Amino acid sequence: MSKSPAAPVTNLAPLSLHIPEPRFRPGDTADFSDIGVPGVDAITRPGEGAKPDTMRDLAYGLIRVLDFDGAASGSWNPGLSTERKLAMLRTMMLVRAFDDRMFRAQRQGKTSFYMKSTGEEATSVATAMALDRGDMCFPSYRQQGILIARDYPLVAMMNQIYSNRGDHLMGRQLPIMYSAPDHGFFSISGNLATQYPQAVGWAMASAAKGDTRIAATWCGEGSTAEGDFHSALTFAAVYNAPVIFNVVNNQWAISSFSGFAGSERTTFAARAVGYGVAGLRVDGNDPLAVYAAMEWAANRARTNHGPTLIEYFTYRAEGHSTSDDPSAYRAAQEFAAWPLGDPVLRLRDHLIADGCWELARHDALAAELETMVKAAQKEAEKQGILGHGMLQPFETMFQDVFEEMPWHLKEQCAQMLKEQHAKFGADGDAR
Amino acid sequence: MTGSTETMNMIEAINSAMDVMLTRDPNVVLLGEDIGYFGGVFRATAGLQKKHGKTRVFDTPINECGIIGVAVGMGAYGLRPVPEIQFADYIYPGLDQLVSEAARLRYRSAGDFIAPMTVRAPFGGGIFGGQTHSQSPESMFTHVCGLKTIIPSNPYDAKGLLIAAIEDNDPVVFFEPKRIYNGPFSGYYDRPVEPWAKHAASAVPQGYYRIELGKAAIVRNGGAVTILTYGTMVHVAMTVVEEQGIDAEVVDLRSLMPIDIDTITASVEKTGRCLIIHEATRTSGFGAELAALVQERCFYHLEAPVERVTGFDTPYPHSLEWAYFPGPVRIATALHKILKD
Repeated sequence: MSKSPAAPVTNLAPLSLHIPEPRFRPGDTADFSDIGVPGVDAITRPGEGAKPDTMRDLAYGLIRVLDFDGAASGSWNPGLSTERKLAMLRTMMLVRAFDDRMFRAQRQGKTSFYMKSTGEEATSVATAMALDRGDMCFPSYRQQGILIARDYPLVAMMNQIYSNRGDHLMGRQLPIMYSAPDHGFFSISGNLATQYPQAVGWAMASAAKGDTRIAATWCGEGSTAEGDFHSALTFAAVYNAPVIFNVVNNQWAISSFSGFAGSERTTFAARAVGYGVAGLRVDGNDPLAVYAAMEWAANRARTNHGPTLIEYFTYRAEGHSTSDDPSAYRAAQEFAAWPLGDPVLRLRDHLIADGCWELARHDALAAELETMVKAAQKEAEKQGILGHGMLQPFETMFQDVFEEMPWHLKEQCAQMLKEQHAKFGADGDAR
Repeated sequence: MTGSTETMNMIEAINSAMDVMLTRDPNVVLLGEDIGYFGGVFRATAGLQKKHGKTRVFDTPINECGIIGVAVGMGAYGLRPVPEIQFADYIYPGLDQLVSEAARLRYRSAGDFIAPMTVRAPFGGGIFGGQTHSQSPESMFTHVCGLKTIIPSNPYDAKGLLIAAIEDNDPVVFFEPKRIYNGPFSGYYDRPVEPWAKHAASAVPQGYYRIELGKAAIVRNGGAVTILTYGTMVHVAMTVVEEQGIDAEVVDLRSLMPIDIDTITASVEKTGRCLIIHEATRTSGFGAELAALVQERCFYHLEAPVERVTGFDTPYPHSLEWAYFPGPVRIATALHKILKD
C-alpha cells in the first residue's frame, strides 16, 4: 500500500465526494421550467473586433433571435432574405429525412451503425451556411448537416454508410465517418476532440500563408473534457488563430449528462473566458441565432481578431447512436419538454408568421424530400449494402497505409489474396 | 468460499468479479465513462452503482488521461481503483499517466507509492466496429516496464483473473475480447453465434476465487504442434484444430506479462513445433516476443521455424473486416506448413 501522512486527530466534519446526477431518470416527468430563457433583446451584439474581456456576459447569456411566436428581432437578427431562410429550412428538413432513412436502414440490417442529429440540425446547417465554401470544417460525428448544406451528394454519403462499392473511402471507415475535402470537410475520427487542435493548425497555416480562409471545428459538450479541447484553446489563444470552436451542448454524452463535463458550475462558452478568447452562448434550436453567432465569429476570424468559442444550447432528441438506448437512462419525454423547442418547427413557424410559408407547403416539402432521399437510397443500394462486408477489391486493404507499399505489406497482400481465393474461388464471386 | 456456480457469459462474469471485490474490499472503486447509472456500454457494471453506491461506482468526464491520472492519485491514498476505458482504442490519451506514471511509480519512489489499479478495456475486432472500435494494442503495454497485461478467453477465467488483478499491487491492463462477451467465436462469421451456456467455462462460482496472474492454461493437449494464443483467438484456433484433425496442444496464455515461460517451454520442447496466433497487427506484435522466447529457450527442440498468424499491418478495415481477421484459412495454412517442414 502507498504510504500517507498520519491522519490528524480532529473534530472536523468528514469530507464528502460529489457525484453529479441528472435531474430526471426513466419514469420521471421532465420539467425544465427552471431553465432561464432570456428575452431576444437581452444581449446586444458587439462589434466583431470586441476585446474578449469586454464581452464576457455573452458567454453566460443566451443569444436569441426567434421568439416563440415566430418573430425575429433584436440586434443579433442576421436579416437573411426569405430565400436564404427557406433554403435553411429545406436543408434542415433534408438532414432530418436523411437521418430517419439511414437509421431505418441500420435497423433493417443494411449497415452496422448510424448516428442521427435530430433536434440539432441548426448547429450544423445554419453554421455551415454562415461560412464561406472555402472555409475548412473539422467536424465531429454528428455534423452531417454541413455536408448536406454544402450540396455533397446524398448518394455518396449513403455509399459511405453502406461501405459499398461506391464508397470513395473504400469501406475502411465506420458509417458516417465521412471525408470530403472538396467540400471543406475533414476526415472524421472516431476518437473524441482530436479534430480540435487540428482545426487550429489549419487556421494557423492559413494565417501564416496570408490566406483568407478560416477553420471551424465542432465537438459535443462531453468532449470538452478531453485534453485536446484545452490544447486547442491554448494554441488558438497564443497564435490568435482564425478558428471557430463550436460546442454542441446537447445535454447528453451517451448516458452521461452535461454535469459530467462541468455544466453544474458554469457554461461551456465560459471555457473561453479563461483563455482570453471570445465566447458566445447561443440558443442552438434558433437557426437564425446560430447563423448570426457563426457569422459574427467568421467575420471576427477573417479580420484577424482571432478565435471564438460558441456554445449551442440544444438537446439530443434521439439516442447517441443505433447502439444506444436512451430510455435506459433518461426521462422519456425530455425532448418534448425541452423549453427551446425544435429548430425545424421554429424556423417553419417564423416563415409562416412572416407570411412566406404555409403548413401545406411545409408538409408537401417534407414528402418531397422523403421521396428524394428514398430515390438516393435506391441508387446507393445498387452499389451494395454492408452485409458481411467485403464489397471492395481485397487489395485495397493494403493501399494508403503508406504512400509507397513496403515489402512486408506486399507479402501480406499476396497472402491475403491466396486466402480469399481459397474461400471464394478465383473470381471471388461467392463472397 | 466460492459458493455454488452459475452459468455466466463473459460480461456477467466480469460484473460478478467486480461485485465480489466491491463487497470484500471497501477500498475498491470503479470509475469510467457511462459505467454508473447506465452500467457501461457493454453492461459490464450493470447494477453495481445501485448496489454499492455512487461514490464507489461512478461516471467520469470523457477524459482518459483524467480517468487514469485520478486512479494513480486514488492509489496513492490507498484505494484500489478499477478504471474502465470504454474501448481500448480510446486509451491513448491516458498513456502518459499509464506509461510514465502508474507503471513507474513503485520504482521511482522505491515503494513509497504504488499504483494498484486495474484498467479494464474491451478490445479486438470482429464486430464491424471500424478502426476506432476494433484495435488490439496489447503489445504497446507489454513493452512498458511495470505494467501487467491480462487477457481472458472465457467467463471462468475472466472472473478469477479480474479478481486477482484487482488484488494485485501493481498496475494491470485487463483487456476483454469484446467479440466473445456473449459467446465463443469459431472464426466463421457467417455461422450462428453459440451462447456461452454451451461451453464448460460458463460455469462460474458465484463468490470469490482467484486465478493467479502469470499462469497459462493448456486448453487442449496434443503432441504435434504447440499453439500459443489468447483471447478470441483461443476459440478460433480450437475450431481449426478440431476441423483439421490436428494433434495440437493449445496454450491459452491468459497473462502476457508476466508470461508463463515454464508452460510454454515444456509444451514446445514436447511438440517441437510452435504456432503463435494473435489478432493484433504483426510487426512488433506480442507474437514477436513469443517467437524470440521460444527460439532462445527451445531452439534445439524445434523441428520447424516458429510461425505467426496475425492481423495484417493495416488499420482495422470496416468492410474488409473478415479479410483482415486471422480466420480459419490463415490458421490452417500455417499449421499445415509447420507440420510439413
